[in-house]
Amino acid sequence: MLKISNLQARVESKEILRGINLDIKPGEIHAIMGPNGSGKSTLASVLAGREDYEVTGGTVEFNGKDLLELAPEERAAEGIFLAFQYPVEIPGVTTINFLKTAINQIRKYHEKEPLDAAQFLKLMKEKAKSVKIDDQLLRRSLNEGFSGGEKKRNEIFQMAMLEPSLGILDETDSGLDIDALKIVADGVNQLRSADRSFIVVTHYQRLLDYIVPDFVHVLYKGRIVKSGTKELALELEEKGYDWIKSEADALEASMV
Amino acid sequence: MSFQNIQAQFEAEFENIQKNLNGKSGSDFNKMRNHSFAQFKKLGIPTVKHEDWKYSNLKNLDKIQFSFNSDSNFSKKDLEALPFSSLEGISICFVNGVFNEELSTLGNVPKIKVLTLETAVEQIPEVIEKHYGKYVETEKEGLSALNNALSNTGSVIVIDKNYVLESPIIIRYISDVKSEDIAVNLHNLIVVGEHSEVKIVEIFQTEGQKTSFSNLVTEIFVDKEAIAHYYKIQDENDQSYHVGTTQVNQEDKSYFYSATITLNGGFVRNNLNLVLNGQYIDNHMYGLYIPNGKQHVDNHTLVDHKMPNCESNELYKGVLMDSSNGVFNGKIFVREDAQKTNAYQNCRNVITSDSATMNSKPQLEIWADDVKCSHGTTTGKLNDEAIFYMQSRGIPKPEAIRLQLVAFAEDVVSQIKIEELREMLDTMIENKLK
Repeated sequence: MLKISNLQARVESKEILRGINLDIKPGEIHAIMGPNGSGKSTLASVLAGREDYEVTGGTVEFNGKDLLELAPEERAAEGIFLAFQYPVEIPGVTTINFLKTAINQIRKYHEKEPLDAAQFLKLMKEKAKSVKIDDQLLRRSLNEGFSGGEKKRNEIFQMAMLEPSLGILDETDSGLDIDALKIVADGVNQLRSADRSFIVVTHYQRLLDYIVPDFVHVLYKGRIVKSGTKELALELEEKGYDWIKSEADALEASMV
Repeated sequence: MSFQNIQAQFEAEFENIQKNLNGKSGSDFNKMRNHSFAQFKKLGIPTVKHEDWKYSNLKNLDKIQFSFNSDSNFSKKDLEALPFSSLEGISICFVNGVFNEELSTLGNVPKIKVLTLETAVEQIPEVIEKHYGKYVETEKEGLSALNNALSNTGSVIVIDKNYVLESPIIIRYISDVKSEDIAVNLHNLIVVGEHSEVKIVEIFQTEGQKTSFSNLVTEIFVDKEAIAHYYKIQDENDQSYHVGTTQVNQEDKSYFYSATITLNGGFVRNNLNLVLNGQYIDNHMYGLYIPNGKQHVDNHTLVDHKMPNCESNELYKGVLMDSSNGVFNGKIFVREDAQKTNAYQNCRNVITSDSATMNSKPQLEIWADDVKCSHGTTTGKLNDEAIFYMQSRGIPKPEAIRLQLVAFAEDVVSQIKIEELREMLDTMIENKLK
């Protein structure tokens, strides 16, 4: 589904991703962990097409297409969804209006007829129920005045509405208490299916108790320095990142 | 800088009016005209050296040969082709500064008078004598003095005491510039009686591509405990010049809610001046301007708190596209006696192009010590993060920008209490922000 090869990216003159390789098959959940500043969120942003980053090398293939050639909205239409670490507040645009526009733009991209108001509302009610988000919240301006938990739940709700084939969760657990975390994880688990994959970017193992990954990768200084299964996450939780850092630094030093 | 050519045109027009007075040259009304014209000659047309006109330059006016009270064959069919024509209510229409009965629906509501100035002078001289020209500043403002001297018509709207009028009263101004450059001086008077409520809509539109110069004064007297809603909608061509002064006098416990919406206009200068001449007065002033091309929109507002316990609240918003210019100048005076005043002012602008400019200047002058006053002004670009957020959900960039701009404008449009008008404005704003 997604094949990242030797991906390099920088912001201004700072190299952040220095050769990422990652292969994700349909239905798999990959966790990306790593210390602060290792490039986790950058990877998520580059995949979604954020303009602040310049891709300087490598390729990303998504369902047979060159992802890096596509505008962010085209990536969304092709099935990429980024759940933001900091969802943006947009005054004056309700979540309902926002999502109706989004869904119909994506349908237009696929040359499908737009949903009418009744069809849209039916879909919305169904999905809101499944991710346990209050209808009233959706009638308010997008994320404006929402609590941290409400914002993250809204991200998962949007994901449920847009039904992507690859969901990228960028530190979705940050700032959530355990109850909010469970609700969010629940929402994600409901969306798991044989043809939908996830990349779960997180600093802590905590989220992975609830969203159990198939693979865990550790990112450090812009490279994946270790990969394993869910047990690797537990090991990191116990031992911290220092041992990985020294291993990776020693390896890099030996290569120079 | 000189305005010799245009000044000579105004002098000729003034003489022309004086010649056609049919024996009324000695009336008090005409004395006022003569006084105002002398005042205009002394003050002249403001140049950019004038502090209040620093960013708004009228110099190109001098290049144009205007026709006054120009003939027009603008018909009912032409009106129906213009936006807002289906807005329902009592309406009075002026084409090139001349009252057009066919395009007006004066209605027959016993407690409401909608008259032309000349009819009002005959029918309700006491109202004219009491209010007409009594509020607008003609001693210092050259163009207001000119208006007083040259306006031979306008609308006079009087709402009796204790009456709530549901449907709006619409004043339509059409500049028919299909064949000539035209100049118009109209002077309106609106008197809202004690404990009454009314919604006034002024709509300015152009037919044709030549130049119009509209120099207008609207005086509004809001009596005790009365509520006035006042909406000024401008949709004129890129060659138009519009200088309009709305002068409001509020008495005890009255409310004044305004929205000034500039959709289009070549050169627009709106002066909205409020004098709070009583206690427990409330007012809200909203403004929206969305200039594109080389359009220039200047809003000057003034709130004069003279007495205690009043509140004023102001929000102006602008979207500036292409090479357009915006100016906002908001003055708030809180006089020594005006204790317990709450006065708030906010001006927020979004610039969508590197060639657009916005000059905004809040000006608070406070002599009282027990007051709450605040002002703020921001000018910036749209939030890139918000645009990316929308794109990441499948919304193309232009649509993401449009959605946000429309939402930004909606803050002002949503304040309008006439649903039909709000819907018309929404459509026009959405189309312009495409």
